[in-house]
Amino acid sequence: MSAVRNLLGREVTAGQVLPPLHCTVTATTIVLGALASRDWRPMHHDKDFTVERNGVRNIFVNTPNLQAWFERYLNDWTGPKGRLGRMAFKMKKSVFPGDEMTISGRTTRVSTDDSGCCWVDVDLGVSVAGVLTTEGRAKLALPCDEADNPWARKGSNWKP
Amino acid sequence: MTHGASKSTTGAADLPPAVLALIGKPQYEERSEFPIEIGYVYSSCAATQNGNPLYWDEAVAQRLAGGRIAPPTMLSVWMRPHYWAPGASGERKALMAHFDLKELCGLPEAVVVSNEAVFGEPVRMGDVLSTRQVVRSVGEMKQTRLGIGRFWAIDVETVNQRGEWAGTETYSFLGYRRPEAQP
Repeated sequence: MSAVRNLLGREVTAGQVLPPLHCTVTATTIVLGALASRDWRPMHHDKDFTVERNGVRNIFVNTPNLQAWFERYLNDWTGPKGRLGRMAFKMKKSVFPGDEMTISGRTTRVSTDDSGCCWVDVDLGVSVAGVLTTEGRAKLALPCDEADNPWARKGSNWKP
Repeated sequence: MTHGASKSTTGAADLPPAVLALIGKPQYEERSEFPIEIGYVYSSCAATQNGNPLYWDEAVAQRLAGGRIAPPTMLSVWMRPHYWAPGASGERKALMAHFDLKELCGLPEAVVVSNEAVFGEPVRMGDVLSTRQVVRSVGEMKQTRLGIGRFWAIDVETVNQRGEWAGTETYSFLGYRRPEAQP
């Protein structure tokens, strides 16, 4: 895996700003995400239903797909050895077709648990036109050194 | 299963007895309808332009995770039913505990307010997962921007066919009636 870079726990400090990820959201983006997450609810593919029944202006990004966007964003930063332990988020506004979505992150804590696993806590955000639409946080395990592999942890050695 | 994102249970004083009876009670113990498969992993990664080689490159997956695995955030994907199946009548829905609460509380609309997930043993190709749903809390009626309604939280706890904990997701919803639909 020489071509793939893996971020190490010792390379991260609290307060570090992650590079933002920009994505132009289209109806296709939303429908692809909904179907890939097996979410068949009409507010993620049927504009008429969404406007008339839900009272919002268009179809919008579904929750599991937003979670998947956050995971992709975090692994872009950590490399494949970064292992997600926990993620929470709160949606304030929906993301609609035509929106320019920006995902951002900032580390808040770096720690090592009693099993020797290195953890980094990250605050996450999704914004559209500078307005925060979703805020969240994640806890990821990172390799402590080049030989470490968080994916090898299980049972009492995995404490998310 | 003791790794839940939330474990305490609460119910507002103004709740109907049928709703109170559901709080804290495991329901809808179900198995995934098909073994975990790589096609959906590719679809999920394609939908988010996720190029992580752990999910695309078999050799990397073998080296890091001992074989092909799914992204942890796909945990809920595997338990959603097909939209249609032979012999089924009506729309088939995931998270039935949520739809029960909408019905019992008389709140026809709902939105997800927040989501928390804790991830355990990686989900591997060929795994068969089992879940159960636990209503953790239902709040009192209150006026919101969308209409009058209640907030509630439901845990979905997942294990694999070896009994290993794969994760717990907690969904918080607002169930509501739109202002023009108030009785």
